[in-house]
Amino acid sequence: MLQFINVGKRYPGGQDALSGVNFHLRVQEMAFLTGHSGAGKSTLLKLIALIERPSYGQILFNGSSYAGVGRRRIPYLRREIGIIFQNFKLLYDRTVFDNVALPLVIAGHEHREIQRRVRAALDKVGLLDKEKRYPIMLSGGEQQRVGIARAVVNKPPLLLADEPTGNLDPQLSEEIMHLFEEFNRVGVTVLIASHNLDLISRMGYRILTLENGRMRADSDPVAA
Amino acid sequence: MRRARGEGDLFPAGTDAGDDAGADPAGDPARARAETAPRPRTGLRRLGLLRRCKAYGEHHLQSLLDSLGRLTRNPVAGVMTIAVIGIALALPAGLHVVLKNVQALSAGWENAAQISLFLRKDLREERLRKLVSELKAMPEVAVVSYVSPDEALAEFQRLSGFGDAVNALQQNPLPGVLIVQPALAASAPAAVEGLLERLRGHPDVELAQLDMEWVKRLYAMMEIARRGVAVLASVLALAVLLIVGNTIRLAIQNRRDEIEVQKLIGATDAFIRRPFLYSGFWHGLLGAVIAWLLVNVSLWALSAPVARLSSLYDSRFELGGLGWGTTLYLMLFGILLGFIGAWLAVDRHLRTIEPS
Repeated sequence: MLQFINVGKRYPGGQDALSGVNFHLRVQEMAFLTGHSGAGKSTLLKLIALIERPSYGQILFNGSSYAGVGRRRIPYLRREIGIIFQNFKLLYDRTVFDNVALPLVIAGHEHREIQRRVRAALDKVGLLDKEKRYPIMLSGGEQQRVGIARAVVNKPPLLLADEPTGNLDPQLSEEIMHLFEEFNRVGVTVLIASHNLDLISRMGYRILTLENGRMRADSDPVAA
Repeated sequence: MRRARGEGDLFPAGTDAGDDAGADPAGDPARARAETAPRPRTGLRRLGLLRRCKAYGEHHLQSLLDSLGRLTRNPVAGVMTIAVIGIALALPAGLHVVLKNVQALSAGWENAAQISLFLRKDLREERLRKLVSELKAMPEVAVVSYVSPDEALAEFQRLSGFGDAVNALQQNPLPGVLIVQPALAASAPAAVEGLLERLRGHPDVELAQLDMEWVKRLYAMMEIARRGVAVLASVLALAVLLIVGNTIRLAIQNRRDEIEVQKLIGATDAFIRRPFLYSGFWHGLLGAVIAWLLVNVSLWALSAPVARLSSLYDSRFELGGLGWGTTLYLMLFGILLGFIGAWLAVDRHLRTIEPS
């Protein structure tokens, strides 16, 4: 699904955010990405979402390289990836329904189809009764669920989450993590960046550990 | 509220994950259960061309209405911007109407040309009579009237203000004048010029003059005015471009976060551009409507005094307004300017906004 081959990212100024990173995330796998802040977690996710380009190395998504992807093709690739953010990145002047509908509108779906799918996604995250609310009226946990519904509504094969529980209390965090497990169970590949070591080690999935831009540990069950 | 639902209810799809295959993480669970046959995946790749076109049209319509909605959500700023655009468009449109009216008014004057024949001083009475009857016999000539030297002097004395100086003259220096009114059939400028040439060649005529110079001068002045209006229209069109461009630039800055999020979830440049282009469209169209109103209100205010003036001249002249054609041009011009202004702004600023 997703493969990093000797990937490095050097920012202008000479600081290496990532150096020589290798890993392979298989289809329908679920994994956590951890490390101290500044270890390169965010940079790695940005490379996957094509927000940043690597300074060297190869990134393969579904077997094809990112190297030749031009500006015009980026949007279509991003539609294959559902992204969940720590600060939710919702549109606060639109209802919950419209927020979740956005990826479908962008992808050019019919109104009826959009309604059906948005309701399904909201039902899955337990917010079907709040579709007409505005995000500001919701709690942090609920806002994150809206973000998750928006990420999955277009049925992307890969879900990325950047500190999805960073702003939530432990109980809510666990709920959100279980939600990701549910999506993984129905076949979505999931990669979650989190420094909540306690929680992720309890869940027993593969853990990729970054340290100073290098992959220090990879509990890959297959490689082990 | 969040805890009111049990864990099991939160993920109803989890139960039918087995038969719905991994392809449908966000599918409608109720529907999935209702259909016994495996539901085909309805991703974009499977969408028919027709349904895609329909969705595309739906989105265009939605952008169109949404951008109008945004305008009305901030009415004061929106109305002010549109009013400025309207004034900028109304100026050239109004001047265009004025020019058209002057043109309509002067169209009749071209036919009002007269030829003045200044006769030789030593012309005898019988030669004069013969000349008059000769002229009257010509088919191109409608009316011939004679102004004797004495009459001409009296008129000059009356009108010029040199009354006393004229009294001091030993003898009348003015020649007799025949005023020839061309027949209607021969009143086209070329025909009149032809007649003028022939009369000029007559031995009894000292000087033949076409009293049309002032019409020509008026036309020359109107040509300058027309150019002036064109220049003014170009400058104001540029102003409208800048106004719309700046308005859209501000709108883009205000929606920076939204654009970032849209880019992150796979929006193409065309998708992001669309509402802003429609916003430019609305600014241009509504500006043109304001301009139309301004011009018509001004014409209405002018129409009564103009009618009074023209009745004093025994004329049936009526002030012409913006015709349907001009109105259409005005609207199209406004829309085009709004669109181009928005395009320039969007093209410049959208690229600078990238998610980080």
